[in-house]
Amino acid sequence: MKDTVKKLLSLLGKSRTALICSAVLAAASVGLSLYVPILFGNAIDEITESGVHFEIIAGFLFRAGIVAGVCAVLQWIMGIINNRVTFETVRRIRDMAFEKIEILPLKYIDGHAYGDLLSRVISDVDTFADGLLMGFSQLFTGVVTVVVTFVFMLRINPWVALVALVLTPLSVFVARFVAKNTHSLFQKQSVIRGEQTALIDEMIGGARAVAAYGYEDRAKERFNDVNGRLETTTRKAVFYSSLVNPATRFVNSIVYAAVCLCGSFAIPEGMTVGGLSAILAYANQFTKPFNEISGVITELQNALVCAQRIFELIDAPAQPSDEGFPELENIKGAVGIENVSFSYTPERPLIRGFNLSVEPGRRVAIVGPTGCGKTTLINLLMRFYDVGSGRITVDGSDISKVTRASLRRGYGMVLQDTWLRSGTIRDNIIMGKPDATEDEIIAASKATHAHSFIKRLPQGYDTPVGEDGGNLSAGQRQLLCITRVMLSAPPMLILDEATSNIDTKTELRVQRAFEKLMKGKTSFIVAHRLSTIMSADVILVMRDGNVIEQGTHSELMSKNGFYAELYNSQFC
Amino acid sequence: MKNLLKYFKGYAPEAFSAPFFKILEACFELLVPFVVAAIIDNGVPSGDRLYILRMCGVLVLLGAVGLASTLAAQYFAAKGAVGFCTNLRRALFEHIESLSFSELDSLGSSALITRLTSDINTVQSGLNMMLRLMMRSPIIVFGAMIMAFTIDFKAALIFVLTIPVLTAVVVGITLKCIPLYSSVQKKLERVLLLTKENLTGSRVIRAFCKEESETARFKDGSRDLCRSQKLVGRISAAMNPLTFVIINLSIIALIYRGALSVRAGALTQGLVIALYNYMSQILVELIKLANLIISVPKTAACLKRVTEVLNTDSSQKNGTATECNINSEYSVEYINCSLRYKGAGADSLENISLKLKPGETLGIIGPTGCGKSSLASLPPRFYDVHKGEVRVFGRNVKDYNLTYLRSLFGFVLQKNRLFKGTIRSNMKLGAENATDDEIIEALKAAQAWEFVSELPDGLDHVIEQGQSNLSGGQAQRLCIARALVRKPKILVLDDSSSALDFRTDSRLRAAVGALDYRPTVMIVSQRVSTVMHCDRIVVLEDGAAVGIGSHEELLKSCPDYAEIYESQIKAAEGGESA
Repeated sequence: MKDTVKKLLSLLGKSRTALICSAVLAAASVGLSLYVPILFGNAIDEITESGVHFEIIAGFLFRAGIVAGVCAVLQWIMGIINNRVTFETVRRIRDMAFEKIEILPLKYIDGHAYGDLLSRVISDVDTFADGLLMGFSQLFTGVVTVVVTFVFMLRINPWVALVALVLTPLSVFVARFVAKNTHSLFQKQSVIRGEQTALIDEMIGGARAVAAYGYEDRAKERFNDVNGRLETTTRKAVFYSSLVNPATRFVNSIVYAAVCLCGSFAIPEGMTVGGLSAILAYANQFTKPFNEISGVITELQNALVCAQRIFELIDAPAQPSDEGFPELENIKGAVGIENVSFSYTPERPLIRGFNLSVEPGRRVAIVGPTGCGKTTLINLLMRFYDVGSGRITVDGSDISKVTRASLRRGYGMVLQDTWLRSGTIRDNIIMGKPDATEDEIIAASKATHAHSFIKRLPQGYDTPVGEDGGNLSAGQRQLLCITRVMLSAPPMLILDEATSNIDTKTELRVQRAFEKLMKGKTSFIVAHRLSTIMSADVILVMRDGNVIEQGTHSELMSKNGFYAELYNSQFC
Repeated sequence: MKNLLKYFKGYAPEAFSAPFFKILEACFELLVPFVVAAIIDNGVPSGDRLYILRMCGVLVLLGAVGLASTLAAQYFAAKGAVGFCTNLRRALFEHIESLSFSELDSLGSSALITRLTSDINTVQSGLNMMLRLMMRSPIIVFGAMIMAFTIDFKAALIFVLTIPVLTAVVVGITLKCIPLYSSVQKKLERVLLLTKENLTGSRVIRAFCKEESETARFKDGSRDLCRSQKLVGRISAAMNPLTFVIINLSIIALIYRGALSVRAGALTQGLVIALYNYMSQILVELIKLANLIISVPKTAACLKRVTEVLNTDSSQKNGTATECNINSEYSVEYINCSLRYKGAGADSLENISLKLKPGETLGIIGPTGCGKSSLASLPPRFYDVHKGEVRVFGRNVKDYNLTYLRSLFGFVLQKNRLFKGTIRSNMKLGAENATDDEIIEALKAAQAWEFVSELPDGLDHVIEQGQSNLSGGQAQRLCIARALVRKPKILVLDDSSSALDFRTDSRLRAAVGALDYRPTVMIVSQRVSTVMHCDRIVVLEDGAAVGIGSHEELLKSCPDYAEIYESQIKAAEGGESA
């Protein structure tokens, strides 16, 4: 926690001047705003049945007007400064977090639910900003208000001030008491709410299963049960939480009455009616900063927790830098895997002592049942993960001794998960070659048979791709991903064939596009289609994360091992 | 909107009492300045301490009575708002359960989930706030003005002038900010999208070495967001200073006017203070009102979306028949069937005629979007044909009671959905009285027993929400087992082996073929190898059947089938020497 605070301070250090200005302005504007009721009180003192002194009254009122005006201007400037500091800081933190995401090892990203990382960058930063910066300014003005009010009250009448000071914190206790009891109710509410959401999600997301198994009535029963429990808890939670305001208002009215009483009793001893009116005006607002302060403290705690989560991301160790490493140039495409071992977690060794040598232009097919770890190989080849021991080479150089960028530029990758980014079709195609000309783009699209569907889209190449490629079919998305690689024309390829959900015609196109793409290039293909498998120079058979057989189709068939079994099941 | 009142059923007294008690509280609050004026005018000059004490007692009493009525108001508001939303949620859920798939499809399941959860929650807090504040704030504001009139007519005119100006400022700034807030929201969503994209696409981005340009893109988005936030901030920062100035100018005018009246003998010093106090009360309430105003359009929008769903009627009418003749010649008959989805421009199925005998297996194959799943979803009446007729065991599906009709089927869907609970509870979904032996038998046929038996807690293994603790293939096999447990008369496998490898798939097919109760089986697939052993195969192309027959017949007579076969299998066979 201490560490977090230290980091926070250094982060806020950049806005030090603004923060100091804001504090000075806050103090000044609070002081001025509290001075106004005194001036009004002075004016009221001159209004008595025995005589009304207009010149004096006008003087006080004029001064009150000036003070109010200046105070408003100061408040306004302070508001703007606070805004600026808050939002600029938020932006700075978000940018830092994002920059970090781009250089984190993939292990970190794979190891965290992306929703978790997302909420750190978005909602945690917001909570942090609201809690810390807004909270801090509230806390500051709150404290200043309490102190200044108390000083003014002391000057008007010490006894009255004392009464106010002793009684006011009552409201804080009341608010605390209510909040404490409400907290557990809200927790209970959010548990039931979560249960209900899960049920809704299941029953509506699985509407077909519900219908197919005649589950509607049982679903309604379950829903009504949760709904009923939710009602009881929510009603209580809402009610108890809405007690804070009335309860503190009641405390406030007690303070008000007490101040009024003491003030009136003090009038014969030299207190003026105007003074009483000023003190009453204070008493009206005195509880407000007290309650705010107690609220702000919880907010600050929340903010610190969020800050901690953000810093955890920002300070996570980045992937080792490859600065100063040589670039891989003029890649021919010879890939060597020498005695490589790898595992994601030490307890579960996966690949052990794996050797493979691929000459330029050769095809390697990777086959195996679902979940056998085919993507692990991709992770290693692309250096998304580093090998545990052994080494992988490209044209003889160890890939951990060259820049990642130059290695990755050597590969074209088409994954089964056809990720497209938001933007237009064109944006997506030129990802690997941002300076491609229109002719090159169209030529690449024609080569992959993507041109014919792209040109039929409403805005052709400038059609925006919906979130997650929503407006395109799976096959079309895959064609775009292939086109993307086709355009950048790298010497080596990593392809993952889609298993299903593509219609036959598109599949034929994808297949032909793959063929064109692979011509003369070293290719690694996670293969599902037998035709692809059989045209490969080497087949790697994977099972449970490890490569268990390798060889050509006929070699593997005559071995009559796992591959033969897989193959035969197709025709049994 | 009028129809919505019925959801207050059982909570009407509460919903009406809440504002009433709030008004009461407001009235008590309005009396406070009067009491203070009395103290200053009567108690102070005469030094009557008992009188002052009594009056301060009255102040506490007013506070206590105010507290009591607020407590009542808050309680009734909470009960009314929560009750209303509980009713609404239940009605909405039941309504959704009664909708047919055409409606569910066009509404979209994620939208429906939002309606039931966050939309209704927003309505709840909005309604709660309205029940409490809707009456209070105007009563205080106008009450203060009326009180001012009872004190001094000319001074009250200052209230008449101040209230509209203050309202204009508060409401104006609020209204001005609402669209700006939504623009901030949009930009925040963009930042969210960019972040999400970079997390899900981290491999591709790194493969293309786009880290730097993505960072630049993000920074643009984040700068844009920051700019909008600062703009809203600047405007809303003006609210407090402006209202502060206005209220103080009014008080200045009030004191000056009061001084004139006091000199004329029409007013006392205490009443001037009372006027001053009334003016101060107004500001607080107007700001509360502004918060209420912000929440009104939000609440109304959510409520409107909820009513839209409630006003969607089911297009299916339930039939009454709860028995069927299992000895009919055909188990499933399509008679000139055409299907057009709601809002679609063209038919998804065109004039399909096909008859299946009990025990027969039918394969359905064709490209994506050709209507394979649509064809399979007609017999259990997930959708209604718009031309022609579908019969199950000799009777039009529209004549059956839906629940009964569907109980004849074992339906395995393209998208697997297991429910949270144990494997056993999932297996019993369609067959409540199934024994463990029957369940295990089904699991074995579905090739799932192999992994279920290895689980430490076997059938009691808990499946998490969204089956997150199962692989795609495991979930798929469990779904198949679930369909088999009820020993259906008709088994529909809709692309349900896509996550299975060839080996498991072929074993599954063999097991289904060997089921002793001989169901009619319909298998939808993209893979020739999955359907080629069926008794008959339908080849669909753009919603029309371009070929019906056995594998051998189709190879000869149906070029589309031959093409699919060619691409998937022939290429492999050609290279195989055996």
